Parts: sequence; C-alpha cells; structure tokens
Amino acid sequence: MPIKSYLAHAIKGKKEELMKALVSLDQCEVVPAENQDILALVTDTPNEKEEEILKEKIEAISSLKLLSLVSGFNTPQN
Amino acid sequence: MYKSVTNRRSFIKKMAMLSAMTAAASMFPGILFASEQEKGIPKDANLDWKKGPCRFCGVGCGILVGTENGKAVAVKGDPNCSVNKGLLCVKGYHQIMCIQSKDRLTHALVKKNGRYVQTPLDEALDIVANKMKETIAKHGKDSVAMYTSGQSTIPEGYVASKLMKGAIGTNNLDCNARLCMASAVTGFLTSFGADEPMGCYEDIDYADYFITWGNNMAEMHPVLFSRMLEQKSRRGAKIIDFATRTTRSSTASDRSILFEPQTDLAVANAICYEIIKNGWVNKSFVEKHCNFSKGLTNIGYGLEDKFNFTDKPEKIDFEAYKEFLKDYSPEKVSKYSKVSVKDIKYLASIYGNPNKKVVSYWCMGMNQHTRGTWINNLVYNIHLLTGKISQPGNGPFSLTGQPSACGTAREVGTFTHKLPHGVVMNKKDREMAAKIWKVPVERIPSKPTYHATEMFRAVDRGDIKFIWTQVTNPLVSLPKTGRYRPAMEKKSCFVVVSDVFPTPTSDVADVILPASWHIEKGGLYGNSERRTQHWDKMVEGPGETTPDAWMTIEVAKRMGYGDLFPYSKENHVEEIYNEYKQFHEGAKHGMAPLEVLKKESGVIWPYVNGKSTQWRFNAKYDPACSNGEDFHFYGKPDGKAVIWQRPFEEAPEKPDKEYPFWLNTGRVVEHWHTGSMTRRIPILHQAMPNAYVEFHPDDAKSLGIRNGENIKVTSRRGSCILPASINERGLPTKGQVFVPFFDENMLINDVTLDAFCPISKEPDYKKCAVKVERV
Repeated sequence: MPIKSYLAHAIKGKKEELMKALVSLDQCEVVPAENQDILALVTDTPNEKEEEILKEKIEAISSLKLLSLVSGFNTPQN
Repeated sequence: MYKSVTNRRSFIKKMAMLSAMTAAASMFPGILFASEQEKGIPKDANLDWKKGPCRFCGVGCGILVGTENGKAVAVKGDPNCSVNKGLLCVKGYHQIMCIQSKDRLTHALVKKNGRYVQTPLDEALDIVANKMKETIAKHGKDSVAMYTSGQSTIPEGYVASKLMKGAIGTNNLDCNARLCMASAVTGFLTSFGADEPMGCYEDIDYADYFITWGNNMAEMHPVLFSRMLEQKSRRGAKIIDFATRTTRSSTASDRSILFEPQTDLAVANAICYEIIKNGWVNKSFVEKHCNFSKGLTNIGYGLEDKFNFTDKPEKIDFEAYKEFLKDYSPEKVSKYSKVSVKDIKYLASIYGNPNKKVVSYWCMGMNQHTRGTWINNLVYNIHLLTGKISQPGNGPFSLTGQPSACGTAREVGTFTHKLPHGVVMNKKDREMAAKIWKVPVERIPSKPTYHATEMFRAVDRGDIKFIWTQVTNPLVSLPKTGRYRPAMEKKSCFVVVSDVFPTPTSDVADVILPASWHIEKGGLYGNSERRTQHWDKMVEGPGETTPDAWMTIEVAKRMGYGDLFPYSKENHVEEIYNEYKQFHEGAKHGMAPLEVLKKESGVIWPYVNGKSTQWRFNAKYDPACSNGEDFHFYGKPDGKAVIWQRPFEEAPEKPDKEYPFWLNTGRVVEHWHTGSMTRRIPILHQAMPNAYVEFHPDDAKSLGIRNGENIKVTSRRGSCILPASINERGLPTKGQVFVPFFDENMLINDVTLDAFCPISKEPDYKKCAVKVERV
C-alpha cells in the first residue's frame, strides 16, 4: 500500500487549476504553497499498479509543469 | 505501545506531506505553506499570537507564536518583521515542536556515586555555588570558567560577564561564537575599528550582484536567499557563488565558481590586482578614507597549547601595496586556486564596474579559516578600493550563524577579551564597566585568558578545575573532540551543564541544570544586521526549568555577590537590559529603549533620535559621522579604514599520500548546529536522520564506493564511520569529502583539526586531511 509524496510544479498562474484537478482525484491530498507555484502532494493507493495509474492521470493534467517524487513509503494492507 | 494500522497509516501520510514540504523549503527557500501550519489549530481556537525572533540561525526572522491555554500550538512568520516579511524556513516553522520532547531536562540532576539523581533546583544551585567558591579558594579565581553561547540571550550573556569579570574577577569567559564568527569580529576591528556589518538586509533590495564567498545561503540562511532570488527574478540581480563545493546555492545562482580550499586568500588579492591594473580604483574614496597597512606573516596555526600571537601592524603606502599584489596576477593565482583566469577577471570586473552595486556575503567559509581575519580583511579591501561600501546595495556583509552571536557574544561581550563596551585591555573600558557594575576597577583583570579551544585545552591540562557551560554543546561542536571529551571526563574538573535536552556534553556533567527554552522566558537577541529583538515569555516551562540568566544570578547571590545582582525574578530581563544599555549610549552604538523594542519587530542600532541607522559610516544615514566628509570610519582614531596587505599562506594540513582527501564540514538546512533541538523535531529528523560523507562521483567510482555504503573517514586525530552520499545533497570538488556535523552518533569533530586563526582564535573546520575506507 504505497504512500508517496511529490512536489507538483504548476504552470505559471495555473496553481489554482492544478489544485482543483488534483483534489478531484480521490487518492490525492494536496497542500498548496502560498507564495510559489508549487503544491505538496501525497498519494495513497492500494498497490503499485494503482499508483502507476494514478501517476499517469496526474501527469496528464494540463496545468502541471513538473511532478517530482520526494518520498515513498509502503505499509501493510489496512 | 500499540498503534493501529489506521493510525500508523495516517501518521505516515502526515510524514510524507511534511517530507514534501521540507523538500520544497530547501529547494525554494522561504516557501510558505501557511494553510498546513494553521490546519492543526481548532476552528474555534482563540489564539494569542506573541512576537519574537526565531530560535534557529543568525538571520533573525520574526515569528509569531500562537498560544492557547498556556501551550504553544502554532508558529508563523511575522509579517511586520522586515527581515523575513512573514516568511520562515522549515526549521522556523517547526521550532516549537521540540519543547514537548519526552527526554526534556525538567529537573536538576546531580551525579552521585556515578548516577544522576533528581535534585531540587535550589539544592543543585547551592552545590554549583559552593563548588565554585571552594575551587576559587583552593586554586585561585582563574581555575573556574564559564563557556556560553551565541544563543544565550542578551541578559544571560550580560550576567555571565558581570559574574566572571566584575564579581569574581577572572576573564575565564568565552563562548561558542568563538567557533563561528570571531574572525568576522577581528576582521571588522582591524579594518574599521568597529565591529559588525555597516549595512543591513535592505541591501538585498538594491544590489545588482550578490557574491557569496564560501557560503551556502540556500541552506544556512534560506529566508535571506529567498529574498535574493526574488530580486533575481524581479530585477535581474545576479548571484555568483564562489565556493569549494557545489550546493543548492550554486545551482540556484547565475554562476558557480569553485576554488581550491584556502586559496580564497589568493583570489581576493588577484581581484584587487585586477582592480588596480584596470584603473577601477575609486581614487578619491581611497585617498580620503583609507590607510594601507601590513602585518606579520607566517603567523602559525595555534596547534600547540598556550600558543600566543600578537600582530605588529606597520603602515605602508599604495605603491608598496601595488608591488605586493604583483605576486597575485590572475595568471599566477589560477595555477594553484584552480579558478580560471577568466573567472578571476570576471569577479574583478563585477566589483570594478562603477555602475553596478555589489554585496559580498559570507559566513563560516571565510570565518572558520586559519587565516580568517586575513580573508575578512581582503574582502573589505575589494570594497574599499572600489568605494563600494556603506551604501544601499553596496557593501561587505558577514552573516552570523547563531541568533544572538552579534547581540550577546559580540555586543555584550562574552569573550575573554571583551567587556560590554570595549575590551579588558583598555583602561577606560574597564573603568566604565567598574562604574556601571559598581565594582572596584582593579577587580577586572586587564589580560584576556582562554579563548574557546584553549579553554578546553586548559581543562585537559588540569588548569581549569570548574567549568559551567550554558546553551551550548561543545563535545559535539569543538574541533578535535577526541581530545576534549576525555578532558571533560577527568576528575580534575567539576562540570556544570545548563541545557534544555541531554547532550554528549551533559553526559559528562557533575551537575545538570534544567534550562528554559527560548519562548519559556523573556529575552533579547541581536541578529546579523545589528537588529535587537525582544520577546516576552510566552509559555511556562515544565518542571523546574529556569532561565539561564536567573540561574546565574542565583549562583552569584549564593557566592556572596547579591549586591551586584539586585534584579527581581519577574522583571530581571528588563532590569538587566536597562543596566546594559548604559554601556552603549551615544550615536555610535545607542540601543533602542525597551518600550520601543517591545512594540517593534526588532530595531537596528545605532538607534539615534528615535531612528535606526541602517548604513553606518555614511554621513547621509549615520548621525555619528562628524568629519564633514561623505564617509567617516570613526572606529579608527583618524577616521580612516585600513586596506591590509595580507598574503596567501597554506593550510596547516593538506592532503598527502597517506591522507589524500580534504575534509570539509558544515551544516544542512534541516538541522540547527549539533542537532540537540532539531533532531527532536520529528519532521526534521525524518527528513535528515543521520550524517553522511559526500563524495565527488569520480572519486567514488575510482574507490568503488556505492551510495549508502559505510565509509570510515580517518585523520591523524580520529575516525568516524558514515554512509556515503553521491550526487545527493551537495557535490564536493574532486579530492574533497564533506560531512555535516549535526549528528552526535557520527562525531566528525573527532576527525577535525583544532588549528585556528592566530588573530581571531577561531578554528578551521573546513580543511584537514583524511583518508577514506570502505568498512
């Protein structure tokens, strides 16, 4: 059950748009920076495959400039 | 303890979020996640926000601490503080989390039959006072010592100085600021006759170029670096990183120029050579406001006990200085500095361009240097030759590492040679201290005794038989701890340690005193830009925790000096500050009244006629200038600053066949110095759980070293095992390894060398020779 954290860099001026798109995905938790086009993102998925699928969805968001992985955790099934 | 999977999972998610925020904070210094900060605050919370300075680093960011029902529950940047304008770094945001640490020292502990026994504070203070008195009676007043800190508040430093110098009559007082900015002090004093930077952080808003000398500001002074980045993107200001290691500062800069350790001395001279050769000298400024001098050369490294050195300045003229610089043409210097001729000329052209404003920033890279005073002088030379000094956006600026290295260590004077005004060697300064302290002037000795390194050597030799450390952790932070740890364990010396948490230093104490953490007491700090910052007590500390100032006062009273310490427990901060303020009256160093400091988020001194002086020595801004000229360097009797002839001299220990690598040590953004506080903040500890040894990838490849593999780093003093780090946080030059010193489980200072600058007595933690082996 992977939990991963990322920094999501928004295209200039599209932070709000990116925020909305990420929040609409069930497995995402987002905290936006106040003064940069950056969002701290945590994903929580049941397995690696789901994580991959989610990552593909995130990377397809048009307001996203760059997604960089910060940390990855794996925990037993709840 | 049982923890449900759900709880664990939610905990991990929180950690993951915090990791991301930490990463963002180190990549984008000053980044703000305010919603996360306030997320944990109940919606109906009625928080009382109290202002103060941040506890970590010398920048002096203003913080607002939210308290509810007597507990600190949130921290945010103070938008009214001009230092940080509401921003904070990752350490700043999380600082209050250490207070709740389970292993907090809440009561006094006294060692009895080899075990620590919880003891009422009154009784522990009796023991300390009696032991101090007994030691003085038996072995003389110079057998006792205090070692304090650039993290001590102004009142704490003041009463320590008054107790040692005014009451007992010994100069056996020094502090850990000796390890971080003593070279900046001697640099300022020798060049200008007055300590501390002439400019202020507002320089950032005006400078066209920022040149950082061996200074990883992105990690060490992140909020200031974020202000520089803002100017870079808004106005096109340029950042040039001149260093021995590629860091996050280098990658965020417009240009990174690397040099061979120690050769900054030669490169600075080469810049001056080019300035003169190309006719970029501001002749009228130099003629009106500068003298030229030279000092002794081949001045040693302080490696032997009781090392002594006194410089013998000699006036020279411009022609002699120009002749001296002939050895420092870019072509000659390039050969051993490994800086290209082109880059040296580029640096010189920036300083030499009369239409560009330049600020030079530095911190430990230049100060922790066996020629620390000299390299400080040499950077001042560049600014003096071009007249780029004491003006908005133009000036040399030494940053400090600790929140009150300026306010307490330098201004109150918790060094062996210092008094709250001036130095012990000066009769008038002793007379002023004696008058304000109400002690006979003869009681204040005129000779300095032990600087930090020599103080612990004296403990080892058995000359010091009682030592009291406050707000510092020398057995992790001193160089060559392999000598000083056993020294402090010797029965010949009684050790008292005041601290908030247990440390390797408190491990060797005979008495441990439980200190209040900074928001559990009122106090004042002074930051790098001469800004004095006051805060009121915000929360009660646990158990019998007590402010260090009050514990010093209590010991003084028990020793029979009560009449000299007539302060009240409730108002001692105010009473001490008002007494101390008398030392600095006048236009050159006037301090703001306490009522002003209580209102404002810090005030810069000299505070004259209700106004801060942002640029000293410039008649346009500084009311103390009195020579009728545009500039007046009034720290010197003739009002002129000094351009010093200082040569390049080798480091005391260089890589050789047996020990083929340079060892450089330093800090990381997540941890504050020896980690005794930040390693107790879960998010920071998780983000950087242990130290490491950084390699250049080519060196790692040739040695067959893989990332994470355990490596033994050995010098002639000792060794330390750490995991290898390749292409991660920083990138040392080939032939160099870098280790951060925050980790008490991986004591790299067992490996470092206790060589120091003979003028400032500040040790060099940046250069010694080591070998590395896979284990």
